[in-house]
Amino acid sequence: MESVNVESATNEERRGHANRKLGFKLLWIVAGSLLFAASLVPLYDVLCKITGLNGKTDGSATVAEMAVDESRSVKVEFTTSVMPGLGWNFYPKQPSVIVHPGKIETVVFEAKNITNEIVTGQAVPSVSPGQASVHLKKIECFCFQNQALNPGQTKEMPLRFYLSPDLPADIKVVTLSYAFFNAVKTEK
Amino acid sequence: MSYSATASHDEHHDHPTGMMRWLTTTNHKDIGTMYLTFSLIMFLVGGFMILCVRAELFQPGLQLVQPELFNQLIGVHALVMIFTALMPAATGFANWMLPLQIGAPDMALPRLNNWGFWLLPPAAILLTLPFTLAMFGIGDGAIATGWTFYTPLSVQGGLGVDFAIFSVHLLGISSVMGSINIIVTIFNMRAPGMTMMKLPMFAWGWLITAFLLIATIPVLAGAVTMLLTDRHFGTHFFDAAGGGDPILFQHLFWFFGHPEVYILLLPVWGFMPQILQTFSRKPMYGYKAQVYSLWAIGALSVVVWAHHFFTVGMPVPALLYFMYSTMAISVPLAVLFFCWIATIWRGSMSFETPMLFAVGWIILFGIGGLTGLVLADVAADAQYHHTYFVVAHFHYTLFAGGIMGIMAGVYYWLPKMTGHMYNEKLGKLHFWLTAIAFNLTFIPQFFLGLAGMPRRIPDYALQFTEFNQISTIAAFVLGLSQLLFVYNIISCARGGKKATDKVWEGAEGLEWTLPSPPPYHSFTEQPVVK
Repeated sequence: MESVNVESATNEERRGHANRKLGFKLLWIVAGSLLFAASLVPLYDVLCKITGLNGKTDGSATVAEMAVDESRSVKVEFTTSVMPGLGWNFYPKQPSVIVHPGKIETVVFEAKNITNEIVTGQAVPSVSPGQASVHLKKIECFCFQNQALNPGQTKEMPLRFYLSPDLPADIKVVTLSYAFFNAVKTEK
Repeated sequence: MSYSATASHDEHHDHPTGMMRWLTTTNHKDIGTMYLTFSLIMFLVGGFMILCVRAELFQPGLQLVQPELFNQLIGVHALVMIFTALMPAATGFANWMLPLQIGAPDMALPRLNNWGFWLLPPAAILLTLPFTLAMFGIGDGAIATGWTFYTPLSVQGGLGVDFAIFSVHLLGISSVMGSINIIVTIFNMRAPGMTMMKLPMFAWGWLITAFLLIATIPVLAGAVTMLLTDRHFGTHFFDAAGGGDPILFQHLFWFFGHPEVYILLLPVWGFMPQILQTFSRKPMYGYKAQVYSLWAIGALSVVVWAHHFFTVGMPVPALLYFMYSTMAISVPLAVLFFCWIATIWRGSMSFETPMLFAVGWIILFGIGGLTGLVLADVAADAQYHHTYFVVAHFHYTLFAGGIMGIMAGVYYWLPKMTGHMYNEKLGKLHFWLTAIAFNLTFIPQFFLGLAGMPRRIPDYALQFTEFNQISTIAAFVLGLSQLLFVYNIISCARGGKKATDKVWEGAEGLEWTLPSPPPYHSFTEQPVVK
């Protein structure tokens, strides 16, 4: 953008200069919204962590002393799915358990590699309703790391968890779903 | 005139002829004509695609189109209609009419204008080329995800997805440049005495559209770029296995996608009151109320996006927020509707083709808006989501509200642009065929949707057969009657009864003070608005 000598410029040059200047200023809005789009990725993660919007659970929780709320029973259901590209069978050994908030429970899932090669999988959890996800605390979970299975191997996968006692009172059923993905990305 | 602009003709006096004229032109009328012509061609291309789809849906089972091609056709139909038919048509009108309406000699940034247009044909080719490539055994056809690019499907898709991503990039750059040009033109190039609150309504509609475009198109560009890196460069933005989230894509997409529907409609809401005013021979009702309503709708449109995916499993407070904010849009929209009705109320109306389209548009767009209110209801949406009810709803807003609105504009301004009157009889026939066939196409789809027929599926249960057949037959009538439109435009451009400067008895505004057609360089002496 060449500078225009305002004194000697004709009306038209002055106007052209003003137009270009405003045009470049408007590019800042474009840059701003590009930045906004990029920042939505971390923002979304933070928002989900606080609200449980996407049903993701936190990482491993530590065992703390807490009162077990014997007066309240919550049903925790388990569902599983195996994503395309992973040749496993995977299911919970119990469809659901009734728990008291604050009490630590252990449940077991079972996975079987039905292919004839070593396969590594990664389980991704999701909790429904989303508000419950921040209250479902896992002490130990097969989803904390990759799981490798030999050809034909069957493996029991334990999960130790508790529901924190401050789980909203209107939640009576919590569904925990696991999707097992192939952890090693295959080329398309 | 202290700050007058006189267009300099020097570089134009020996402007090139033939193809070079169109490639190198910086004249707003030439560029406007190119936009409108491009839009008309792509309208026919997109229409052809959907007629293939409707032909397949004439009977249950698979007859003509296999599911793979069916999936490609519906998605590319939408992308073609939205990005290369409706949006360029609105930009074409902006190029032609904004400078004439605000008394400017040209658009503010003429060379940018040329570039903005010439990005469109390559983008359209990128979008549709995979169909042709597939015929030669390269790749597996065009993008087959629907126009929304939803992950994880789009991460797994073939090379058609990459073509569509780059096409969207080009279309986005073109829209952003066009928008910057329009904002600068409206802010800097108004005739002396034309204050912002004296702007023609069309300029207001486009000003808000342009701001929405430059604020939201980059978000879409960002989203599809992340999709591209997920596909090819090992990132996990939308891949749950790698810690990403496919739902994030829906948020990003609809943060652009919802304002986009207003981007398509705001220019029409701009010029429609002008048409209503012209043929009612009455001043526009509620100018200020309309301007503020347009701003309110523009502002609300960026905070309601998640109503497009109520069913993904959001917490109840989020559902309630998006439901109520969506419904809140109907308040300023109702203000606009009442202003439009009040404008024609007790006017001495006459029903030339533009007015027929305008009045038909109020009614049909009203149906589109009201059915949208039904879909905004979270409880009802769980039933209607992803059914033909949604398809019918957005065709009432985008075909009736968008394309029929654009057609009203075409008939309204065609005599001004070409200098000849179009064939009135043919125009009226085109209106009635379009309006009747349109309703017969989409009213059955409301019922199909209510009965539970899912969209985007090439086959359906037997009980849906009759309504699908009505819809298909009407769709073909609708498609074929657009050939009348094309014929009318071409014959009007080539000759016909001379149009007067004012063209319509009740026409108001600076564009009607110029000869028809306006000279290549208009308003070389800026008019003064009192």
